[in-house]
Amino acid sequence: MFYREAGQFKSSYKEDQAVFPILQDRVGVGLMLLVAFIGIPLLTSEYFISAIMTPFLILALAAIGLNILTGYAGQISLGTGGFMAVGAFAAYKFATFSIAIGGAETTIPLVVTILLAGVVAALVGVMFGIPSLRIKGFYLAVATLAAQFFIEWVLVKFGWFTNYSPSGIITAPPLEVMGYLFDSPGEKYIFTLSFVAVMALAAKNLVRSHIGRGWMAIRDMDIAAEIIGFRPLHTKLSAFAVSSFFCGVAGALWAFVHLGTVEPEAFGINRSFAILFMVIIGGMGSIIGSFIGAAFITLLPIFLSNVPPMIGWDIGVDMISHMEFMIFGALIIFFLIVEPHGLARLWSIGKEKLRSWPFPY
Amino acid sequence: MEDIIFELQFFLEVLISGLLTGSLYSLVALGFVLIFKASGVFNFAQGAMMLFAALSLVGFQELLGVHWTVAFVMAIAVMVLLAWCVEKFVLGKLVNQEPIILFMATIGITFFLDGFGQTLWGSDIKVMDVGLPTGSFDMGGIFIDKLELVAGFTAGALVLALALFFNKTKIGRALRAVADDHQAALSVGISLRTIWIIVWSVAGLVGLVAGIMWGSKLGVQFSLTLLALKALPVLILGGFTSIPGAIVGGLIIGSGEKLAEIYIGPFVGGAIENWFAYMLAMVFLLFRPQGLFGEKIIERV
Repeated sequence: MFYREAGQFKSSYKEDQAVFPILQDRVGVGLMLLVAFIGIPLLTSEYFISAIMTPFLILALAAIGLNILTGYAGQISLGTGGFMAVGAFAAYKFATFSIAIGGAETTIPLVVTILLAGVVAALVGVMFGIPSLRIKGFYLAVATLAAQFFIEWVLVKFGWFTNYSPSGIITAPPLEVMGYLFDSPGEKYIFTLSFVAVMALAAKNLVRSHIGRGWMAIRDMDIAAEIIGFRPLHTKLSAFAVSSFFCGVAGALWAFVHLGTVEPEAFGINRSFAILFMVIIGGMGSIIGSFIGAAFITLLPIFLSNVPPMIGWDIGVDMISHMEFMIFGALIIFFLIVEPHGLARLWSIGKEKLRSWPFPY
Repeated sequence: MEDIIFELQFFLEVLISGLLTGSLYSLVALGFVLIFKASGVFNFAQGAMMLFAALSLVGFQELLGVHWTVAFVMAIAVMVLLAWCVEKFVLGKLVNQEPIILFMATIGITFFLDGFGQTLWGSDIKVMDVGLPTGSFDMGGIFIDKLELVAGFTAGALVLALALFFNKTKIGRALRAVADDHQAALSVGISLRTIWIIVWSVAGLVGLVAGIMWGSKLGVQFSLTLLALKALPVLILGGFTSIPGAIVGGLIIGSGEKLAEIYIGPFVGGAIENWFAYMLAMVFLLFRPQGLFGEKIIERV
């Protein structure tokens, strides 16, 4: 009743190929953006915004990045954390460089700095993507671990990347865009959200284009895709580039907006695995799935560690963390068994149901 | 002249220590290979299984005060039970899913086992005491760690036993049949469920042996699970489906890593042990995408 495309006639190709062809989708996305931009900053506490919403959004962005590579182009990667680290440290280098050449003034605008960091991450991503032309499947997944460990090592080992900070920790400059300082948690949240919203829409747009169709063709059967005319070199490497760009921007945001001070360990192997979980739990090959997955993975541990004290069950802190591990693992298995195609699948099943509700037949 | 002999001795010492450490990596990689061969599942939980097995063994020893051989048998029983549970509650429900989904499920198992093992046995570092020798002995000026030597021999013996098991017994033939073609194996009356339980039990046993070795070396602690990550380059270097590959891969990675740390490390700032194995494996794969002994990947459209 509420979600029905009947009667929505498309009278031009342009309308037919819109990102959201159905009116309800457009309204839905608009509403969600409205809630995210206005509702959440007004109605929720600062703690919720800075400790839950901002990291959730940034990780969702990284998950979109990995989803482009793994879900759309079919190349499993465990180097996400490494690419995020490249983004974070490249942004730092650009920011300090821009201060250095301008006296105390920043000469490169912050937004450009973050996007440039994404570009650097994309270049590094392409470099580590080259083996994907020969190596496939799980072999590739393990090979991308080389990227993860190598990048981490380089950032720790060479002082140049941290401007010779003795502790190896970098401190992000203040977030200033065109003279306006994003300082409070709410403002930082809006800053992150703008990035994430624009890039998520861009990703949504990209995956239905010629490039996106090429990725999916490669994923489904690379030899067949090659035969019908998609060049594996271009397709695979562009997937690595775009994916790493997203991860790099996410890493820069993680350093500049969420943490403020970062060391390379913040982007360790566990981060890579967590983002892979998000993609698989959320749904491979789905942009909305990346958000659902990120929400699941970031919120669940917080929820699990808060439940025992809440119901007055007094067990030790390490007991809680062990229980958390167990329940987390069990829930991953549970969701995989119930819905192997990820939580995004539940979303689309829901839409199917709404289409014919309340009179299914 | 004396310098050269000393250099040579030093080189040999590093090489041998690397080879022996490598055989320890092989022990971990072996568990991966067994499961991948028989069920096509990339079992990320091997590291967690190793820790869990070692924890159980030490736990039984402490709790019941029994001799380590009794605890060993009990730990095997635990691993068989675990194999049954995995088949019953996880893999059995995920038949015919894509490999990455199964991989993800084994990561779920990893989390569960990590939490479960520590809930059950506590999270302190435990001492593994099964009477393995420690210290090192001198052989013509080359120092060899006794424990690593024992581990090396154990790895060799284990591979020999597995090879015999796979080639000479009826169950072994059934395992190989399943590895070749699930459906064909089913159609000649081999029960997949039984085979999977057996294979996971054997992987659990291998994990237990690896856990004993690593546990004696480093103490039974949470960081043992991280060894699973170290086994991955061994795995891709040797090929996912090859038992000898796991051994040879382990030896190459182990010795390569140690030699690189000593001879290349100083030029680039050290601590390259962390990533060298992965780089080595990756570069190697560029020339041989299926690993050293892996089955040739044939692709059809």
